[in-house]
Amino acid sequence: MDAVLEQWSQVVRSATEGRRPLRIRGSGSKDFYGNATAGELLDTRGHAGIVDYESSELVVTARAGTPLAELESALAQKGQMLAFEPPHFGASATVGGMLAAGLSGPRRQSAGPLRDFVLGMQLMDGRGDILNFGGRVMKNVAGYDVSRLLAGSLGTLGLILEASLKTLPLPVMEATLRFELPEDRAVETLNRWGGQPLPVSASAWHGDELHVRLSGAAAAVTAALGRLGGEQLSADRARPFWSGLREQRHPFFQNSMPLWRLAVPSTAPPRVFEVLPGSRLLEWGGGLRWIATHADARVVRDVAAKAGGHATLFRAADKSCGSFHPLPPEMMMLHRRLKATFDPQGIFNPGRLYPDL
Amino acid sequence: MNVFAGRIDFIRQAQVAARLGAVLPRAAVLHRSEDTRPYECDGLSAYRQLPMVVALPADEAQVQAVLRICHELQVPVVARGAGTGLSGGALPMGDGVLLSLAKMKKILAVDPVARIARVQPGVRNAAISEAAAPYGLYYAPDPSSQIACTIGGNVAENSGGVHCVKYGLTVHNVMRVRGLTAAGDLVEFGSEAPDAPGYDLLALAIGSEGMLAVTTEVSVRLIPKPETACCIMASFDDVEKAGNAVADVIGAGIIPAGLEMMDRPATHAVEQFVHAGYDLEAAALLLCESDGTPEEVREEVARMSEVLRASGATGIRVSQNETERLKFWAGRKAAFPAVGRISPDYYCMDGTIPRRRLGEILHFIAAMEIKYGLRCPNVFHAGDGNLHPLILFDANKPDELARTEAFAGEVLEKCVEVGGTITGEHGVGIEKINQMCTQFAPAELALFRGVKTAFDPEGLLNPGKNIPTLHRCAEYGRMHLKGGTAAAQQPHAGLPRF
Repeated sequence: MDAVLEQWSQVVRSATEGRRPLRIRGSGSKDFYGNATAGELLDTRGHAGIVDYESSELVVTARAGTPLAELESALAQKGQMLAFEPPHFGASATVGGMLAAGLSGPRRQSAGPLRDFVLGMQLMDGRGDILNFGGRVMKNVAGYDVSRLLAGSLGTLGLILEASLKTLPLPVMEATLRFELPEDRAVETLNRWGGQPLPVSASAWHGDELHVRLSGAAAAVTAALGRLGGEQLSADRARPFWSGLREQRHPFFQNSMPLWRLAVPSTAPPRVFEVLPGSRLLEWGGGLRWIATHADARVVRDVAAKAGGHATLFRAADKSCGSFHPLPPEMMMLHRRLKATFDPQGIFNPGRLYPDL
Repeated sequence: MNVFAGRIDFIRQAQVAARLGAVLPRAAVLHRSEDTRPYECDGLSAYRQLPMVVALPADEAQVQAVLRICHELQVPVVARGAGTGLSGGALPMGDGVLLSLAKMKKILAVDPVARIARVQPGVRNAAISEAAAPYGLYYAPDPSSQIACTIGGNVAENSGGVHCVKYGLTVHNVMRVRGLTAAGDLVEFGSEAPDAPGYDLLALAIGSEGMLAVTTEVSVRLIPKPETACCIMASFDDVEKAGNAVADVIGAGIIPAGLEMMDRPATHAVEQFVHAGYDLEAAALLLCESDGTPEEVREEVARMSEVLRASGATGIRVSQNETERLKFWAGRKAAFPAVGRISPDYYCMDGTIPRRRLGEILHFIAAMEIKYGLRCPNVFHAGDGNLHPLILFDANKPDELARTEAFAGEVLEKCVEVGGTITGEHGVGIEKINQMCTQFAPAELALFRGVKTAFDPEGLLNPGKNIPTLHRCAEYGRMHLKGGTAAAQQPHAGLPRF
């Protein structure tokens, strides 16, 4: 076994024996996300590097401590990308943090979420054992899909050591259009376009401005530009717009109010959110509504649930209400039992996802 | 044939049938062998077992009532859709209830604006796309058995299809699964929003082979139907060159809508059967599809043709119209029925490998043909490295069956050795349960069992499938490669496959 892994295995075994919690962390770029957790620091950056990358396989395998920027630049050199466009939230964000947080960026609208691109993972469980699930192939139905389960689990199930991810070619052409229209018409328009064979890869509405990114074959993007109208942004304005949105540098996010992330059906009408005073930014064709509001957590969660979705308190000074939407009792029971299977003594990031996980 | 000698306890049977009869209509509880016979196997007919009782609930409340009674009486339950699965995942138990969800076939809602269809588990895969067609939408995963297989079965197996290289598998296209645990508790995994709070139990439920929960409702994503599609048929004088061409197409930054390969024995079998116009001189044929707007398809077909030529294609034909495109595909989709005509029996494998090892595996299979004296035509979902080699044999010659099993075992273990998997899309079921011991270490199998226990502590849902016990692996270690079996006389023999 690799020396670092050998050492971690001892750390994990002794933590389990002594029931002492571990706080798994890469660069800390996503420390703000989820609930606070205490425990002895386990820094994943000691286990870094791209293990295997064959662009014709559309698969890259990287260790948890690999800087996300390094991975993305290796892919870009071969004309490929992580299609879910993960937010970094910090210059030295790691692959492990990206996987544990499970967050996706603007292109999620067309490409799908991070978990769709997870092909396999290697993890260390609470017993200090190294386990492999999934693989480096596109199709694999042997056993339960444990590697996708780990995506977004915030390190509460195990220590992610390595992952194999599906990559995709960079689009041949991209173009960004800007439209002026109110929120209800933006929701209506985005859903209508979603039902048509258009190469829309990202969208954002805020302050009566709708930005739409088109990505794909040159012929498809050119044809769509002709059809949709609007004002086309130059590339040097478009690129920072989308990266600013992904990294939450957009002016909307420069706000001292608590930031809520509501995932809802894309057709949810804007009026249902109007009971929450504050400002809104919409992404993913209507599926994601960011709301900066001082409204009571129970009210926000009630609004999200009534719209058919859920609400996460994404950034806030006070997260005492819990970052994540409460689960029904039967679902919470499944979560507890799964946690106990992976991590019998509850040493990995306790409380980061839910207080009793 | 593997007839399971699970003897039925008639006293128990009468007790269970009586209890179920109190919550279901009389005709929805079957126990006489002439009534339960149709349920004795799924698409893997080599394994057969009469269920103790068959229950045919018509709605979620009835499924819940059945599960609660089975839980109280500690009776195992095997859920089943259309029974087209190929790994014995729906093989009944002689002391269990076979829960057929075939009556639950309502399309509950098609929302063309949100692009979501909400359906019951017994709805056929193709019926979803038919219901969405008036809105220019469809459900993308298209297993070749799509005219018969159900969405509930697709969820259980994480089914693929010939277009999953571009559009993904079931796990990429299902948004929400509503179901019941073995105890009869209602649970919902995923949602009609982009994500759901907590662990991604939807990913865990999809492909779980009916072992974690019984699906009662599914929300699927619908996508716009591409305006047009076009298929390239490329000939190669060497299978390895064809394999490399697959890597070249993808390496050139193209994601074809479908990328399939057939070797010469397969094209010969097919051509006699469907007259698709295949090049019979070629050592291998690639079918490479592009879809999208007419402009997009024109651009992509030109780029793909260029790459295929540079990779050594000896001939390229581009479908000139929809009739010709469908003809190209008809041959590929009929590969299994066609092979069924040239051999009394065949055994289908489902390994997946990294694409770059395709040439190596093909040579390995060719060597195995000589070693075991059996022919093995090959059809592949080449775009995603999923192999379906078909070993031809005659079950009436007993030594051929044994040789087939040994041949298949060597190929599957080779798939694992090169970094692949024993099953890409057909599932483990009962068929490949021994090979799970090759692919996974004891600690990994123990974790799988922990996952199972989290959902189903008493192990009542489809026990004995998918995840082997350590005891079974120990036995297999001794029996090495003798645990498999071969598929003889497929039911649904005329159904397009893979």
